[in-house]
Amino acid sequence: MTRVYKWEVLKLLAQKRTYLGLGAAMLVPLIFVVVLTFRSGGPNDIPLGRSIRDTGLATPFVVLFFMSIWAFPLITALVSGDIVAAESHNGTLKTILTRSRDRGEIYAAKVLAAFTYTALVIAAMGVVGVVAASIEWGFNDLTSLSGTTVSAWHGLGLLAASLAIYAWPMAGIAAFGLFLSTVTRNSASAVVGTLLWALLMQLLGVLPGTESIRPYLLGEQFQAWHGFLRTPADWTPVVRALWVCAFYVGVPLAAGYLVFLRRDVAGE
Amino acid sequence: MSDAPPIEPMPIEACGLVKRYGDIVAVDHVDLSVERGDVFGYLGPNGAGKTTSLRMLLGLIRPTAGAARLFGRDPIVDGARALDGVAGFVEGPRFYPYLSGRRNLRLLGDLDGGVPAARIDEVLDVVELRDRAKDRVGGYSHGMRQRLGIAGALLRDPRLLLLDEPATGLDPGGMRDMRELIKRLAADGITILLSSHILAEVEELCNRVAIIRTGRIIYEGRLDELLQSAGGGYLLRASDPERARAVLLAHGIDGVQVVERELRFQADAATVEAASVALGKAGIGISLLAPHTATLEELFLGMTEQAA
Ligand SMILES: Nc1ncnc2c1ncn2[C@@H]1O[C@H](COP(=O)(O)OP(=O)(O)O)[C@@H](O)[C@H]1O
Ligand SMILES: [Mg+2]
Repeated sequence: MTRVYKWEVLKLLAQKRTYLGLGAAMLVPLIFVVVLTFRSGGPNDIPLGRSIRDTGLATPFVVLFFMSIWAFPLITALVSGDIVAAESHNGTLKTILTRSRDRGEIYAAKVLAAFTYTALVIAAMGVVGVVAASIEWGFNDLTSLSGTTVSAWHGLGLLAASLAIYAWPMAGIAAFGLFLSTVTRNSASAVVGTLLWALLMQLLGVLPGTESIRPYLLGEQFQAWHGFLRTPADWTPVVRALWVCAFYVGVPLAAGYLVFLRRDVAGE
Repeated sequence: MSDAPPIEPMPIEACGLVKRYGDIVAVDHVDLSVERGDVFGYLGPNGAGKTTSLRMLLGLIRPTAGAARLFGRDPIVDGARALDGVAGFVEGPRFYPYLSGRRNLRLLGDLDGGVPAARIDEVLDVVELRDRAKDRVGGYSHGMRQRLGIAGALLRDPRLLLLDEPATGLDPGGMRDMRELIKRLAADGITILLSSHILAEVEELCNRVAIIRTGRIIYEGRLDELLQSAGGGYLLRASDPERARAVLLAHGIDGVQVVERELRFQADAATVEAASVALGKAGIGISLLAPHTATLEELFLGMTEQAA
């Protein structure tokens, strides 16, 4: 299993689209810092937006908000939507399925590789954001959402926890991408389909009349990290994100698994 | 293990394989048995169902009906374990274009549980790709990919090799090299199933053959028996074919086929000798009189057309 996973990662590392997504995730916080350096004003009406020039710690949180709408879903879909379909496109599915590994193992390795990439993209954004913004505005104390002051190092810990919980709904998007990638066998349809699905999830959340289901929509879970930034920490959104996302991750993965296990591999 | 395979199970045993795509029956109740040491020719025109059959053997697609066993294991039931000791490819072998030939083989070796680097060099040598192994497969020619496909198969040290038209698309030199390679592998004791629409290839390489047409097997057996059963005739090229036919008839030889200026007929040697003297006396010139064994091509055309 480790070997199969290793090669899934190596294959990602050998493809341009991997760097496209990773590069974009690192570029966005940089652009953000550069623009706010040369222009006054800022994102005042979003969480931690007012603190943007007080400490470098605020930037990654603000970028998380902006990128959750379509940028992160797109970056994730770029790889997860491609990871099975690319094999169909290259015709390599038959090559790897006629060796000594069962289909389930190949699928599992692909799932892990796609999740690894997703986690890496989020972490890369966080690191670049903190470093770039701290160089510009200093690594200072952070004002929490409850208005209390949090030391810089404690704030860094909260950022790590926030990125971790943020990765969970992203994994839900990756799982959907894997499912579409398996079913459509076409990279472009899977990427676009995944993005549309992510946008639909957000759209449902802002429509009137959806209040009752809103806490259970995937898009809502991108805000779960707010819980960490309250004093004391509010675990309700965090715990809900954990189990709601387990559903959004599990269902498409299981469906994709069943399809992958049984499907005909002809001409791909 | 309650379902342990019997001792010495056959390399390939397929029973009633059917694959249907909507209205098309790509493979229609195919039975195949390939024995140890066979170089088995799976012969049929394009679209006959060769690739589809091989896909079912390798577990890539699920049969609509029937089952296939490789060394006693069914790939649909036993998964990758059914491919123990089995290697091969269907249609053109495919690789990751963005990885080098060697890295592609390392990947495949790892999917087999790990292969030492020296072994990769060995198989690269066998297919004469060692000096191009560091280049990306994306830049390989068709022939090089075909050879890399063989290298990838050999990496598994197979006892059974399934090759789907391995020489198709190669230039004459490449075809000859591919045949030599297959001969060597067969001489090493590897059982081989070779699908082909190239008759010369099957004639040159195979001891047993199955002929498939529109999904159905129309002949299965030894190649030499097939050739014999249709052979035993004579070929005559004469200056006046019509009068020659009359002379032959006078010697009790009927059923003479006239193809352009050539006559084909069945007779024993003594009758042929007597008839040749009579032909000369009748003033009919003979430019050729020779025993004629049907080529596989003629058999094949005869069989596929008569089944239509
Ligand atoms: N995936 C598929 N979907 C639909 N029809 C197919 C598929 N694969 C093969 N066929 C059809 O099945 C028949 C046999 O094809 P194939 O096995 O590729 O023949 P061969 O390899 O002998 O040339 C053809 O009529 C082909 O069009
Ligand atoms: Mg074919």
